[in-house]
Amino acid sequence: MDTSIVTADDSVAELDRLAELAEDVIRRARSAGATQAEVSASVASGLSVNVRLGEVETVERNRDRGFGLTVYFGQRKGSASTADLKPDSVEATLAQACAIARYTEPDPCTGLADAGLMQTRFPDLDLWHPWGIDVDGAIAIGREVESTARDNAAITNSEGASVQCGDALGVYANSHGFVGRERGTHHSVACSLIAGKGDAMQRDGWYEYVRDAGDFPPFDAIGRKAAERAAARLGARRLSTRECPVLFAPEVARSLVGHLVSAASGGSLYRRASFLLDHAGKPLLPDFVDIVESPLLPRGHASGAFDAEGVATRESALVEGGVLRRYVLGSYSARKLGLQTTGNAGGVHNLVVKPGSIDGAAADQPAMLEDMGTGLLVTDLMGQGVSIVTGDYSRGAAGFWIENGEIAYPVEEITIAGNLRDMFMDLRAIGADVDPRSSILTGSILVGKMTVAGE
Amino acid sequence: MDVSLALAERTLLAPGGLSVGDLDRVFARVMAPSIDAADLYFQHSRSESWVLEDGIVRDGSHSIEQGVGVRAISGDRTGFAYSDDIVLPQLLEAAGAARAIAHDGKGMGKPLALCGVRALYPPDDPIDALDNAAKIALLRELDVLARSLDPRIKQVIVGMNATHDSVLVAAADGTLAADVRPLTRINVQVIAEQGTRRESGYSGGGGRCAYRELIDSGRAHAWAREAVRQALVNLEAVAAPAGTMDVVLGPGWPGVLLHEAVGHGLEGDFNRKGTSAFAGRMGDKVAAEGVTVVDDGTLPGRRGSLSVDDEGTPTHCTTLIEDGRLVGYMQDKHNARLMGMQPTGNGRRESFAHLPMPRMTNTCMLAGQRDPAEIIASVERGLYAVNFGGGQVDITNGKFVFSANEAYLIEHGKVTRPVRGATLIGSGPDVLTRVAMVGNDLKLDEGVGVCGKDGQSVPVGVGMPTTKIAAVTVGGTAA
Repeated sequence: MDTSIVTADDSVAELDRLAELAEDVIRRARSAGATQAEVSASVASGLSVNVRLGEVETVERNRDRGFGLTVYFGQRKGSASTADLKPDSVEATLAQACAIARYTEPDPCTGLADAGLMQTRFPDLDLWHPWGIDVDGAIAIGREVESTARDNAAITNSEGASVQCGDALGVYANSHGFVGRERGTHHSVACSLIAGKGDAMQRDGWYEYVRDAGDFPPFDAIGRKAAERAAARLGARRLSTRECPVLFAPEVARSLVGHLVSAASGGSLYRRASFLLDHAGKPLLPDFVDIVESPLLPRGHASGAFDAEGVATRESALVEGGVLRRYVLGSYSARKLGLQTTGNAGGVHNLVVKPGSIDGAAADQPAMLEDMGTGLLVTDLMGQGVSIVTGDYSRGAAGFWIENGEIAYPVEEITIAGNLRDMFMDLRAIGADVDPRSSILTGSILVGKMTVAGE
Repeated sequence: MDVSLALAERTLLAPGGLSVGDLDRVFARVMAPSIDAADLYFQHSRSESWVLEDGIVRDGSHSIEQGVGVRAISGDRTGFAYSDDIVLPQLLEAAGAARAIAHDGKGMGKPLALCGVRALYPPDDPIDALDNAAKIALLRELDVLARSLDPRIKQVIVGMNATHDSVLVAAADGTLAADVRPLTRINVQVIAEQGTRRESGYSGGGGRCAYRELIDSGRAHAWAREAVRQALVNLEAVAAPAGTMDVVLGPGWPGVLLHEAVGHGLEGDFNRKGTSAFAGRMGDKVAAEGVTVVDDGTLPGRRGSLSVDDEGTPTHCTTLIEDGRLVGYMQDKHNARLMGMQPTGNGRRESFAHLPMPRMTNTCMLAGQRDPAEIIASVERGLYAVNFGGGQVDITNGKFVFSANEAYLIEHGKVTRPVRGATLIGSGPDVLTRVAMVGNDLKLDEGVGVCGKDGQSVPVGVGMPTTKIAAVTVGGTAA
């Protein structure tokens, strides 16, 4: 069966076609009177297979295209997009963007990023590794992962195992003459299991997410880990309301760094909707904390030589010695704030959180548990109870109660609450147990004290 | 001739030189002795959005998405492919890819027969129905109104967006249905500052109607006032309590409790697979007496309503819990067939590029007898929560959370101080058994809900009367 995944040779030609289309539309926008214009065009394709209880459940093929155009008539802006690349659709998109720009109002901060900031070097970041897997091959992997998981005696049911592979091609071009081509692959293997029966049922699982299928751990190990996580939740209890230290496991710790990024983002700042307003250059975390943006990491999940405006990305500290060194800005928010863009239009390109602790020692999770002594290990967070405006934090949690550095029993149906500003200042340690599945690369994070609400 | 069908054919099939008659050829390609069911979902979706920020209408955008999804089902296997090109060769190719999953099944098809659709909303395009100058004028008006209400309002963001969605569903079981769906929404977000304290307020709403309805009814202006009121209340808020206490939920949007605590757990797919905390509990008592919960896709003009679902089944008002007992699940065709039940009009999908699954429409608790004032007066110490952000549920152990963004302490039967954002947590199969009083003031939400499941987003609604629930865990920081 043909999996219709773009092959390496096709991808270069396809990127050239996208670039040609983008440049052509920019030319046409200029002749329609636009003073500036920018285009994003993309093609993504993939295969997704789900296996449940040993049987194939779904086989999905996807091929998604996108074309987005923004035109500027002086300080007025209009945008339009379409989900196919047919000439008629692209032509209509141009007309719609121009029509909208007739109604939007002049905004002195609008426009492309400055021409001098455009990236000129395009190193190979090792992001392109098509996985030539066919449907039968994907099914076989799904079956192996799930059946290994179901070998665990605690597993009573399954939500199935999924195997996905995908590749994405993208071009960003603008009327400065910048044309950036990007191509990348992402593949995943996931499994979700049920342990226990009736009222005692618990669900958990595991997934792996890689650029190159060769980087997957052995598939049976993924199944085993997924099953162990579900089984470990059996017999979960509630806790009484209390204050205690909280250790965020790596798979949830990155959300804390994500909240920091949201609050330091230009959009939150110029809207005055951030608890980090006027905080650049000030201490935010204990002085052992360093967070560095590393856009050129080989095989990094968010690696890229340029941002969503073509601006060159560069390695740069976000937090150094606990001090918030800078904000996270694109050119629009930078102009609103009277600052320079930090090459973060569209977000951050990999954040590396350096392990460390108040007492200087870097550690893995068991050592951090020992260090914490008695407290809560959180492995799952629920809900959206985080305010970036005030820093108020209150989320549902599940995990394990820790006594004398060891797991005493699993816990559920509790909340953990605090204020992000206090929580950041109260960081005690960052583990060396880095979770590689995300563009935020952090280990476990220990917070000195939070309020746990329960029975 | 069905109006929606004529419109959908013109928008979806005619540009590619297709007619309903050609669809038989596609089914001939999909259907094999081993295929039990197959469907085609044609969609053309057009949307726009406008944003005012810092007093400037700084951004506007327009987008178009169209395509066709082809699904083939054999036993409990589903094959799915889609194309953004609605022409016969692409359709046949997608059909070939989708049917490749076949192994055993019945493989019988029926000729297409149009299903009469009762229209719950007008088919008119809300984007063109109001001219752009009037949209700009409204955005400015709401900005000026919000700023005029209080000098502490430092930032106002007003957004409006509309979608016009035309769908045509044809299935091998003979289903042929079309639906043309408008959806509009207006949002106002403000930031209020007092000294070093900063708080936000948010309000908005909409439905399957023209912008005009939201404007002429005064609702849009009321949302601007409401956003300001909420931000100013939050400026005074103290830390929320932590621990277990009685909670009174206000009417309307707090119905998101139902969506998280019981709604997802009653979707057919999770129950067929036995992964829901409600699996195998049909007929059991899962709520207090007097508690009745329905999922109603038939409310005219509501955000979660559909004339037909995305599989061509007319929507229903499905009773999920009747006087405390579990009586119904929400079903799409696939899960209904495998469970030997009837579809309930809950088969929904984000777009042609996604597979349908059982989803909620408008989920509501019916009104009881109590006067809301009497309910509050009955609480010695507790929380009165009137507005919420989002929620989430683990359908297997039933644990759910939802976060209040406007709540007050109740002390000695009186609503006293506002408290800052607190998350409520509980267990779905248990929480409704602790409903102690149900108010007579059922209210539906303003029309802002978006539900996410397996990465697919669909618009939904909720509703509930003022309701008292005993012993709920409130996740604040204060002792």
